[in-house]
Amino acid sequence: MTDMTTQQRMKIKRHEMPNQDQVVRRGNYTEVALGYSEETAKAEAERCLQCKDPKCISGCPVGVMIPQFIKALREGDMVKAVEWMKVKNNLPAICGRVCPQEVQCEGNCILGKKGEAVAIGRLERFVGDYELAHRTCPLVKAADTGKKIAVVGSGPAGLTCAVDLAREGHKVTLYESLHGPGGVLVYGIPEFRLPKAVVHGEISYAVDCLCIDLKTDHVIGRSFTLDELLAENDAVFLGTGAGLPSFMRIPGINLNGVMSANEFLTRVNLMKAYQFPDYDTPVRIGKKVAVIGAGNVAMDAVRCSKRLLSLQTGQGEAPGEAHIVYRRSKDEVPARKEEVHHAEEEGVIFNFLTNPVEIIGNEKGAVTGLKCIKMQLGEPDKSGRRQPVPVEGSEFVMEVDTVIMALGTNPNPIVFVDAEGLDRTKHGTAVADTETGRTKKKRVWAGGDVVTGAATVISAMGAGKRAAADMNAFLKGERTWE
Amino acid sequence: MYRIMKKEVLSDVVKLMEIEAPHVARKAQAGQFVIVRIDEFGERIPLTIADFNREAGTITIIFQELGKSTIQLGKLNVGDTISSFAGPLGHPTEVKNYGTVVCMGGGVGVAPIYPIARALKEAGNTVISIIGARNKELLFWEEKMRAVSDELVVCTDDGSHGRKSLVTEPLKELLENRDKKVSHVWAIGPAVMMKFVTLTTKPYDVPTTVSLNTIMIDGTGMCGGCRVLLEDGAQFVCVDGPEFNGHKVNWDSLLSRLSFYKDEEKKAMEHYAHKCRLESAAAKGEK
Repeated sequence: MTDMTTQQRMKIKRHEMPNQDQVVRRGNYTEVALGYSEETAKAEAERCLQCKDPKCISGCPVGVMIPQFIKALREGDMVKAVEWMKVKNNLPAICGRVCPQEVQCEGNCILGKKGEAVAIGRLERFVGDYELAHRTCPLVKAADTGKKIAVVGSGPAGLTCAVDLAREGHKVTLYESLHGPGGVLVYGIPEFRLPKAVVHGEISYAVDCLCIDLKTDHVIGRSFTLDELLAENDAVFLGTGAGLPSFMRIPGINLNGVMSANEFLTRVNLMKAYQFPDYDTPVRIGKKVAVIGAGNVAMDAVRCSKRLLSLQTGQGEAPGEAHIVYRRSKDEVPARKEEVHHAEEEGVIFNFLTNPVEIIGNEKGAVTGLKCIKMQLGEPDKSGRRQPVPVEGSEFVMEVDTVIMALGTNPNPIVFVDAEGLDRTKHGTAVADTETGRTKKKRVWAGGDVVTGAATVISAMGAGKRAAADMNAFLKGERTWE
Repeated sequence: MYRIMKKEVLSDVVKLMEIEAPHVARKAQAGQFVIVRIDEFGERIPLTIADFNREAGTITIIFQELGKSTIQLGKLNVGDTISSFAGPLGHPTEVKNYGTVVCMGGGVGVAPIYPIARALKEAGNTVISIIGARNKELLFWEEKMRAVSDELVVCTDDGSHGRKSLVTEPLKELLENRDKKVSHVWAIGPAVMMKFVTLTTKPYDVPTTVSLNTIMIDGTGMCGGCRVLLEDGAQFVCVDGPEFNGHKVNWDSLLSRLSFYKDEEKKAMEHYAHKCRLESAAAKGEK
């Protein structure tokens, strides 16, 4: 089939990926998107036009060699497809599941101009899953350089940086403050969107192949300071993410039943509260949940809520309600389209142009309601989005048991303790060069959410990758610090 | 994995363990805490550091068996391991020479007050300590506390040992006694005890530091579950504390938040007891 003409290729329709039934999946935590079969993956790969000047690559923050891996895939050479993939991306099974492809590779695909883009993300996932199952391409560590590196944080940025540097032959120690590696991939993103077996598979494989020394339970800034790491290592990378939650400044935020999305998702995902009491950590949400915000984290929280509500409902009982409360309109929703679509399918109720003004509680200090005001769209603001303005006299109370705030997060300040010279912006993010990741402190690089504030998994991976390249050049004496 | 190096039974429900955790011991200071997770299924529980040995690389924890996790922890023995042990977390106690200080420990709170009293004594303070428990059986570390205090008052609720009173009574007498010139009070214990200590010191305007032990998950500022309402807004116990100016704490909000998961705690206990019964029945069956 690989001798098709461009016209023939353009006539093939984009292949849908099968999903778990939208009613059944409300009551379980297993993965929603089921992935392509080999046959479908090959058929979808046939759609790629193999552009001479592939725009998809420039849309990818880590520059995955997309036409190359797709070509190998459609020729049936999976080993080669994995090899092409791993030139730039060490964690394809993860990226294929969580990247916002519509604004990256697929957003740039030439086919998307008139019709539908090649489903690059789904193909990436297919290749990643094949590799997880078959292990065709062991990561190889280059000869020992004698250089030591500390990577702080084992989320997407730190993990990518650690793997790239270890492949170059440097001795890498990877520090994680929680009890297991993965950062937001394990505490934030739910099982039904990114199975933890996939995350652990990708991480343990890389850590074992490349002899990375993984140290969990190590809180840098407390167990060791940055300066202590610098004394022991030739270079340090900070990929500590943006884990500090924000709360709205409205009355009632300390009532029982008000949680940050971080607390809720950590209980559910990292601590497996959906399996309480087999796992020790509980989560209590009552019968009606309001999630404030409409980003990817809000979608994760509301879809987790929907599942918990179903799981705790007895036969014949109504399963409760999970709401999104968002002050702007549907057009401004920042979450990935697929997440919003899945949430709608699962029965999440969206309340647009609705802004909370107060959380109401009872005499026991528990949440009973969320007082909101209706909004309307006014003039565009600095972000170019139309500014929501309150409609006078439109206050009303939603009866809810739980309020989850998904309003964005800021970098955790602990890593900056005793780290003189590591400059921070007024938003608490580390000051670092966007191209190289160099901070204002010598021999310290940073990347991912700790620099940008809350963003995406893949942009953090891109930052980890760029920093690793610069660190490698510095360690090999090809570049100086000044 | 972190090995239990020593275990002491301080009372029926209070146990001491020394855990091998050099990465925590190297920096641990009085006033800080650790997060402990027993096994793969375990929750992350915060425990205040009762003592540390930098040379041996060990941390001493003391805990009262109150719920599923602490009861399970109490069943472990020397040589057993626990899955996670992270720290030292939170800010250490601000140790300097205040003059005369009062260090108060209620119940299991005697454990974390000990290193604070010791550090304050070493910094040149006159240390008056008041420790208390419901009864004699629940009291521990009386001699250790005496060794680091200029004066020690021991109370029990039922009068089975020391003075029959709440810890706030001798405190009030000290504050009344102008010769003593108490310049700072530390109180660690159940939330209700700390609340009443701050109510006692308030009229005398004596600065009072309390160490809060709230519901927590990560212990590093990530979840915000530990947030406490102060006069000037909410703060996180894990990264802003665990010590706070007790006069600014909204105790009613704190007590209400502490009780939020009571039903689940009960359910976890029942589930655990059931599992233990099944296991012991199975073990008997094998014999």
